[in-house]
Amino acid sequence: MRRVLGLQGLLGPVTLVVVAALAGTLVSASNQSYFTDTLVNVSIVTALYVFIGNSGVLSFGHISFVAIGAWTAGVLSVPASEKPATMPDLIHFLRTTTTGNLTSLALAAVAGGVCALVVALPLMRLSGLAAGIATFGVLEITHNVLQYENRIGPGLNTFSSVPETTGLRQAAIGAVLVIAVAWAYGRSRFGRLLRASREDSAAARAVGISVYRQRLIAFGVSGALAGFAGGLEVHMLPVNTESLYLDLTFITLAMLVVGGASSLWGAVVGALAVSALDSYLAVAENGTSLFGWQINLPSGTRELVVGALMAFVLIVRPGGLTGGREFRLPRLRRGPAA
Amino acid sequence: MLASITVTWQNLADAMSLGAIYALMAVGIGLVFGVLRLVNFAYGQLVMAGAFALALAAQWNWPVWAGIVLCFAVVLVLSFAMDLLVFRPLRGHSPAVMLVATFAVAFLLQNIALLWFGALGKIASSVATLNQPWAISGVDIRKISIVSIVVAGLCLVALRLLIERTTVGLHMQAASMDFETARMLGVRANRVITFAVLLSGLLAGVVAVLLTVQNPLVTPDFALRDTIVVLAGVVLGGMNRIVPATIGGFAIGFASGLLGGALPTNQSQYLDSFLFAAVILVLLVRPGGLFTRARAAERV
Repeated sequence: MRRVLGLQGLLGPVTLVVVAALAGTLVSASNQSYFTDTLVNVSIVTALYVFIGNSGVLSFGHISFVAIGAWTAGVLSVPASEKPATMPDLIHFLRTTTTGNLTSLALAAVAGGVCALVVALPLMRLSGLAAGIATFGVLEITHNVLQYENRIGPGLNTFSSVPETTGLRQAAIGAVLVIAVAWAYGRSRFGRLLRASREDSAAARAVGISVYRQRLIAFGVSGALAGFAGGLEVHMLPVNTESLYLDLTFITLAMLVVGGASSLWGAVVGALAVSALDSYLAVAENGTSLFGWQINLPSGTRELVVGALMAFVLIVRPGGLTGGREFRLPRLRRGPAA
Repeated sequence: MLASITVTWQNLADAMSLGAIYALMAVGIGLVFGVLRLVNFAYGQLVMAGAFALALAAQWNWPVWAGIVLCFAVVLVLSFAMDLLVFRPLRGHSPAVMLVATFAVAFLLQNIALLWFGALGKIASSVATLNQPWAISGVDIRKISIVSIVVAGLCLVALRLLIERTTVGLHMQAASMDFETARMLGVRANRVITFAVLLSGLLAGVVAVLLTVQNPLVTPDFALRDTIVVLAGVVLGGMNRIVPATIGGFAIGFASGLLGGALPTNQSQYLDSFLFAAVILVLLVRPGGLFTRARAAERV
């Protein structure tokens, strides 16, 4: 097996994120939100990668943990004076507790991780399509419960008055943090064991790897990262149950697959590439000009193009843009074997 | 929790008809899975396209039969295109890649519909007369409920005959048991797959007609939720074989129709949670009976 995830595997993705963040400082304030959004997407997709990429098992359920993280951070950071008006049915503890920005993000990660672990305990026994459908079930249940449970959040309403602390800087720091955790996990014993089971499940079992336990750990870590990303998201813009459901599941999976699901580099490249295209189309829907051509796309074009792109990449290049390889500077590669 | 259920005959008939429609969708998904090992998440969007064809025909004041012909034409062309452009290039890839690809196709078709028709949707009212109730010994039962059950029953019988009694049906059976061996013995892969895909498209057309009568408002996410529920039902029943898949589809449709109609609102809002919790539970308890072939392939 090729050596994966050296220090370059960390520096490549981090450099991309920093460049994207710096580019974001150069544009107008209204366009800056696209860059912030892109960086939060990087966090979500990287969280997905930790489980899907390392284990090779598909999960449609991770947006549940993003939603749980968003709910945790959101409910805890709405000012206490606002809560009776916007969320009158909150249970006592949530109504009286208000935390700062960083605490809410940390708790979002904890909530996401704990929920993911609880879900994973039974679910990680499944694999293949059964796992896909079961994780889909988790998404449905989370969505359904958050929608109607007014005691733990705004229910069908949109979050309001959550302090908007996720600007470009917080999104970038958050993305770098998530990438660093994903990288460290990938380098750790656990990440290596899980990837071994992805490459050859039978052989991995034969050398004594508990595939179940490794998947459990990965699911927990990636759930925590997803929860953290959800916290970033709710501090960026007002979310509701619909904005953390099927469409986000689809678009983040698309980013992961388009980039190349089996590498951290692929996850980050995919998230940045698809977000860049998506943002550009979003701007173009409002009218823009490219090389002197006036472009005015009808609304809905962005989803159309992204859907078509994803299907196209899957058909032409099932390994994704990066082919599932980690980032590596061409020069530093060792010379040909003697 | 379930103390206050009151089941009426209308309830029962509606649940039966929803079960029948879901059974048809289950067969449509199961047929393609049988020969391609591909879970077609975009199946609901085929139904949606057919439903929009019916809505357009109604808007143009076409006679009912012409609308239905248009519906079938649209769905069949779309199925064929899907096979040619997506399924064929992806043949032999891992089930996960194929599932994500059909996810993309579903998203794509839904957004085409969104661009074309808008989020508010259109009304397909051509066969709405079937929505009137029939009074049978003092009980009002919507005509469409009975029509759905009868039509679905006929379709399933016809399909059964087709699979059991014709050469191409035999080829399909062989292909779904072991594609490689079947090919070596002279089954032509492309023909069998195209046939299965078109057959599944035909069923999507039937489902589109039946569903638009029950729910004439056609929006871009028409049949999306139904597809998710049917998929869960198909997995419950067992995806490898048509009959268990069909029973799974019927059972989940029946259960969701019955509970959705009988439970008071403050409980039926959590119906989805119960359904999917049940699905996960069954998957955990009986994983061996489900996806047996796929699991065996993954293990080796």
